[in-house]
Amino acid sequence: MEMPRPNPAVLARKARVVERLQAVLPAQAVIHEESETRAYECDALTAYRCAPMVAVLPATTAEVSAVLRICHEEGVPVVPRGSGTSLAGGALPTADCVILGVARMNGVIETDYDNRFIRVQTGRTNLSVTGAVEEDGFFYAPDPSSQLACAIAGNIAMNSGGAHCLKYGVTTNNLMGVTMVMMDGEIVEIGGTYLDAGGLDLLGVICGSEGQLGVVTEATLRILHKPEGARPVLMGFDDNEVAGACVSDIIKAGVLPVAIEFMDRPCIEATEAFAHAGYPMCEALLIVEVEGSDDEIDHQLALIMEIAQRHNPVELRQSKSAEESAAIWLGRKSAFGAMGQMGDYMCLDGTIPVSSLPHVLRRIGEMSKEYGLRVGNVFHAGDGNMHPLILFDANKPGDLELCEAFGADILKLCVEVGGCLTGEHGVGIEKRDLMHVQYAAADLEAQMAVKDVFDPQWLLNPAKVFPLDASESRRQVAIAAE
Amino acid sequence: MYLPQTETELAEVIRDADAPLAISGGGTRGVTCEGVTLGTAGMSGITLYEPGAMTVVAQAGTPVAEIEAALATENQRLAFEPMDHRRLLGTEGEPTIGGVMAANISGPRRISVGAARDFLLGVRYVDGAGAIVKNGGRVMKNVTGYDLVKLMSGAYGTLGVLSEVSLKVLPCPETSATLILEGLTEVQGIAALAKALGSPFEITGAAHDPDKRQTLLRIEGFEPSVRYRMEALQKLLGGENHVVQEAGILWAGWRDVAGFAAVDEDIWRVSCKPSDGPALAAKSGALGVRYDWAGGLIWLRMPAGHDLREALGRYDGHATLIRGKDQQRFEPEATGVARLTAGLRERFDPRNLLNRGLMG
Repeated sequence: MEMPRPNPAVLARKARVVERLQAVLPAQAVIHEESETRAYECDALTAYRCAPMVAVLPATTAEVSAVLRICHEEGVPVVPRGSGTSLAGGALPTADCVILGVARMNGVIETDYDNRFIRVQTGRTNLSVTGAVEEDGFFYAPDPSSQLACAIAGNIAMNSGGAHCLKYGVTTNNLMGVTMVMMDGEIVEIGGTYLDAGGLDLLGVICGSEGQLGVVTEATLRILHKPEGARPVLMGFDDNEVAGACVSDIIKAGVLPVAIEFMDRPCIEATEAFAHAGYPMCEALLIVEVEGSDDEIDHQLALIMEIAQRHNPVELRQSKSAEESAAIWLGRKSAFGAMGQMGDYMCLDGTIPVSSLPHVLRRIGEMSKEYGLRVGNVFHAGDGNMHPLILFDANKPGDLELCEAFGADILKLCVEVGGCLTGEHGVGIEKRDLMHVQYAAADLEAQMAVKDVFDPQWLLNPAKVFPLDASESRRQVAIAAE
Repeated sequence: MYLPQTETELAEVIRDADAPLAISGGGTRGVTCEGVTLGTAGMSGITLYEPGAMTVVAQAGTPVAEIEAALATENQRLAFEPMDHRRLLGTEGEPTIGGVMAANISGPRRISVGAARDFLLGVRYVDGAGAIVKNGGRVMKNVTGYDLVKLMSGAYGTLGVLSEVSLKVLPCPETSATLILEGLTEVQGIAALAKALGSPFEITGAAHDPDKRQTLLRIEGFEPSVRYRMEALQKLLGGENHVVQEAGILWAGWRDVAGFAAVDEDIWRVSCKPSDGPALAAKSGALGVRYDWAGGLIWLRMPAGHDLREALGRYDGHATLIRGKDQQRFEPEATGVARLTAGLRERFDPRNLLNRGLMG
């Protein structure tokens, strides 16, 4: 993975930059010793590492503003960081950058049940947002798998999804307002406690901009009352295609489950060996969950099971209790861990039109043989968001590169059938150079024009999202301007 | 008037233009701008509909009615319930899906399922320089690059003219029922709506009519579920009330603000924090008030020319002039935000041709 070479002029200014940052932040909030900056050398895409020049941990919006103002004046690139759980390298530093971590900003500012929102500092973790309101019966809907650790800041940067977004949407559908600090230190308020944008929908383009437009320090999030209950049904099929048809029929029948999860045979086998969830050995397994009161759940599950019966399932298991629900979810929730037991793995995130599911799975199987690397598929089937897990051996020379090439081929396939490179993880550095596959030059130009407006010097997270060759002239202008 | 039949022709028209263009879908929403009319109705037709994937792709000039009819054959719908402005504004013409999306037009169900922009999966558009651009796609989860889809929705064509949109659709529910609470004041009515929305019963419509002193709550779903939830809601809220089954016409009236049709005064739309609604309405000097979105959307009938923004002062929200003259349609923006939006307009439409002056 190519990253731009650090700017020697910036590195030469390190002492002055540190001194200026120390003047606006408490001493322990400026991390600049090499032994300590190493803690920020990577995010959850651990294959790539680079210690930053400096890391700072501001505690307020005003401190973030002061930091950005200094970095802007000094021409130092800034890489914002939530909890560092990005699977796409969204928080990967460059050697000449300042990592701006929001982890210390984790407070709840306001909770308003009458108007159904919570306002938090963005270093707060996703799960602890729900934690702040659940005693009163409310929750924050987007639920990425990393929700125990991941920060709202990162959720906004990547427009994170989760297993339940079929019903509740992703971050952008649940974000009402932000306080954002621009690269030059200016603080702007966008959106608020009302539902629609006043002018252009800036909030919509900020969400998912991977920390390239500004640093979001506070967020107003929509909260909802928890459903009365939720229970899944598990179904096994002898054929991927049949499972896909079953998903389509459930949706067409007017039942809108809160989640439809899909696992293929390699993934079922790995999971069974690891978690012993009692899954049937078959080609495709679906977990379909619905919400409501007990009677409402029974009614919906009966409809779903009636549809499933028409597709000759090899197994059909309706949960009748919290224990049975937990047993059904156990395997799915341990899928990544189970695959991890079998070796190193790379987790992909492409989305496809649901109708292409059988074709895509067949092609992935063929490619798996061609590349000689095993792959298991876990899938948010309702919305077409795939998570193929490719197994490789990090200690074997060339295996990572082989795995990456395989992954790139799968993502190209996703685009070819009408889907996209990433459904919820973001582009980061991981899929940066594949953007050409999905977007023509004019499409990328339009997106980069947005960054030009928000961050004219291209100092915020500059080497992410866009192919390096596409963004090069802009990044060079920034360096030449010094 | 320009009426391109294809996206390529649309790009040519814009590239060759040397004077402002007033973009028009069906021309039903009362948006007027200087310049030659650029109509999108020539680019019409559904290009893809996959009911099992809950997605439809259509050219921007496709009539909303055509899309709704196609969806109805599969028992699906545009869940965000787009308002039809013709009744309120006395306009004629055929509303287009491009117009709905460019103006981010949502109805009462916005409080539960989201706005038009939340259902827009992908766009193709031509920017002010004549470049054809695509963003997003036709899948429900997509974080590949910046979300220009959202930016285009609500931009009223000022950043580019939509040529194609792809949308998420949802199944129609088996049935619906509406609870009508009688005799509540505005403050009581909005409080009752807040209480209902803070329940687990998934309200899909929450409105209050101060003239009739009626507070309305809609629930949709499977028949046993709707029955159960209605009873639970009655228990929760108490007071004098009755339940109306289906009530499609009633909600179409709320969606289209039919109560304010055929009046001569100015019509304003205020977006605010729901619980602020009654106090803002009291300050406004309005001749008539309707609350939708549990109080978060206030429709106001105002004396012609009255400066509502001055009357309301500072609050968390904004006011849009839907019908009336001599005042800005959109709320002026705070300095920092205004600089960003002006910057975007300049980059997307460098010659300032598209709906000039409409959004600043």
